[in-house]
Amino acid sequence: MGAMSAEQLTKIYRSIVQTRLFEARIVALHRQGRISIYATSEGEEAIAVAGASALREGDWLFPDYRSTGALFARGVSMPEYLSQLLGTGLDSSKGRQMPTHIASRRLRIGSVSTPVGNGIPHAVGLSWAAKLRKGPEAVLVLFGDGATSSDGFHAGMNIAGVHRLPIVFLCRNNQYAISLPLKMQTASKTIAVKAEAYGFDGFRVDGTDAVAVYSAVHNALERARDGKGPTLIEAVAYRLGAHTTSDDARRYRADEQVTEWRQRDCVEILRRQLESQELWDSRRDTELRQNLSLEIDDCISRALAEPPPAVASLFDDVYSDLPRNLIEQRKDLLGGTSS
Amino acid sequence: MNMAQALNDALKSEMRKNGDIVVIGEDVARLGGVFRITDKLLDEFGADRVLDTPLSEAGIIGSAIGMSLYGLRPVAEIQFSDFVYPAFDQIVNELAKYRYRSGGQFSCPIVVRMPSGGGVKGGLCHSQSPESYFVHTAGLKVVMPSNPIDAKGLLIAALREQDPVVFFEPKSIYRTEKSDVSEGDYTVALGTARTVREGSEVTIVTYGAMVPLALRTAGRAASENISVEVVDVRTLLPLDIDHIVASVHKTNRVIVLHEAPRTCGYGAELAAEILERAFWSLDAPIVRVTGFDTPFPYALEDEYMPTESRLLQAIRAITRD
Repeated sequence: MGAMSAEQLTKIYRSIVQTRLFEARIVALHRQGRISIYATSEGEEAIAVAGASALREGDWLFPDYRSTGALFARGVSMPEYLSQLLGTGLDSSKGRQMPTHIASRRLRIGSVSTPVGNGIPHAVGLSWAAKLRKGPEAVLVLFGDGATSSDGFHAGMNIAGVHRLPIVFLCRNNQYAISLPLKMQTASKTIAVKAEAYGFDGFRVDGTDAVAVYSAVHNALERARDGKGPTLIEAVAYRLGAHTTSDDARRYRADEQVTEWRQRDCVEILRRQLESQELWDSRRDTELRQNLSLEIDDCISRALAEPPPAVASLFDDVYSDLPRNLIEQRKDLLGGTSS
Repeated sequence: MNMAQALNDALKSEMRKNGDIVVIGEDVARLGGVFRITDKLLDEFGADRVLDTPLSEAGIIGSAIGMSLYGLRPVAEIQFSDFVYPAFDQIVNELAKYRYRSGGQFSCPIVVRMPSGGGVKGGLCHSQSPESYFVHTAGLKVVMPSNPIDAKGLLIAALREQDPVVFFEPKSIYRTEKSDVSEGDYTVALGTARTVREGSEVTIVTYGAMVPLALRTAGRAASENISVEVVDVRTLLPLDIDHIVASVHKTNRVIVLHEAPRTCGYGAELAAEILERAFWSLDAPIVRVTGFDTPFPYALEDEYMPTESRLLQAIRAITRD
């Protein structure tokens, strides 16, 4: 913790609060029928924010669909994220993906895979390429506890171990994969222990403690850059919300459990840490929340006014060029005015 | 040069020109691949460009995707096309869609090479022809050569594509077909079919290892005074339908031929494309000569595969007034 500057700490706090307030507004938008689905990260924001904050500019981030805080920490702006969430014509991915499935070449963020765990070998392959080319890049890949049962996790961890690749595997252990509790997901004592079988280190950190997550990821990224190979970090927290806005968590877990975990809120924990170092106070906190709320509302109303993607764009980017079959099909859709 | 050598030559030739190309797969480095298509690449290009992987097809394709995002051009070998299914998710949901889903921010110029097809006594899981699964997936181009000259030219063309190419290598003719393959580099453009034998009474539309079979059978038909044209589609997607339709306008009869099972096989797509464009030129219903809708059998392999006699029967039947 000593290595973190006051500026870094407050920046992380701001991103965590931003994520919390932003997601609450998105859930409200969902209830208004403005957005099809959303996966909140309430209770786990510190993991994504602190993890991504440890990256350098040239590094790569491979998020999953519950990584909103990591996107904000990496520099995704709220307007560009909202264009993605709403699938508007201004989305840099042209409205092709479900909400939260972002991609950004500019910020070196890989395209989010929907099938759980599939992005893990992509992150591994990128780190392999960086090592082959002796590049300075390190890679951070984010996934949940459910992903540790996936083929992609095994394939990726295995290759990363064999080739000692510059990558950090950051697992948000939020105790549930939709309805499945962790003890039904794995018989391993911890998730961190799985790293041993792949020939590298695994660590467990308190995922509600942003500072702990930051130092663990920061150290692991340094090791990766020094050629010391991969690290698995299991950040333990709790998914306070449902799996997505389409899920009903009361069908499979008790409210008492949720209430208990609410006592360990990552926002409160970091705020108290900042206050104890006299880096923060209630006046600044109120101001931050008010400013963020205004900015979020403003961004949302602008995003809601954005036009949808052009119909003809349906056929773009399937290939670098339009093959004959797509030229014909575009003509069918657009009524012969296209090719 | 046989097809195996021609493919090896294509890889060498293009790897010398383009330092971003890396070969990745199981046993591709020291061994040179179980079919030796990557033979001696390790010696020439070194361990940073010829990469042996653990036994994980999803790992091969998944990490190739990551490498391509970094700017490399991986050529991924799947040891047998029958073993591609663990990587099916990575190919269908990830590789094929990466450009589209990122709005064109990223592309994955990866060539996935796979030996495919029967005729080598390989049984259920060393003999399959899974090409239709991949033609059915938007975002992939699909190629299958039938001879050494095309094999080299198509592979070099695939290595210069901006999009993923699934490149099927008909293993039964890796070493049976020999041609004078040019030393230098040349390409066969994807999306161009070729008439490999001119004829006037029936067109056989086919690809891969069925092309030499069609040619042999066309020779036998000629001795019965039946004139057979053979069109090798060479790339299944994009398909050179205009070339095929021109042939149909000439012969007015079509047999589509492939090893893969009949139902929803590529022949069904060929037949539909031909019917949409040349129905009124046809003098007879289109006939499919294909593998059967069974798993690929071990002992009865010869009965499963399309043979000269099965094809000849179809030729006789379709040209009988």
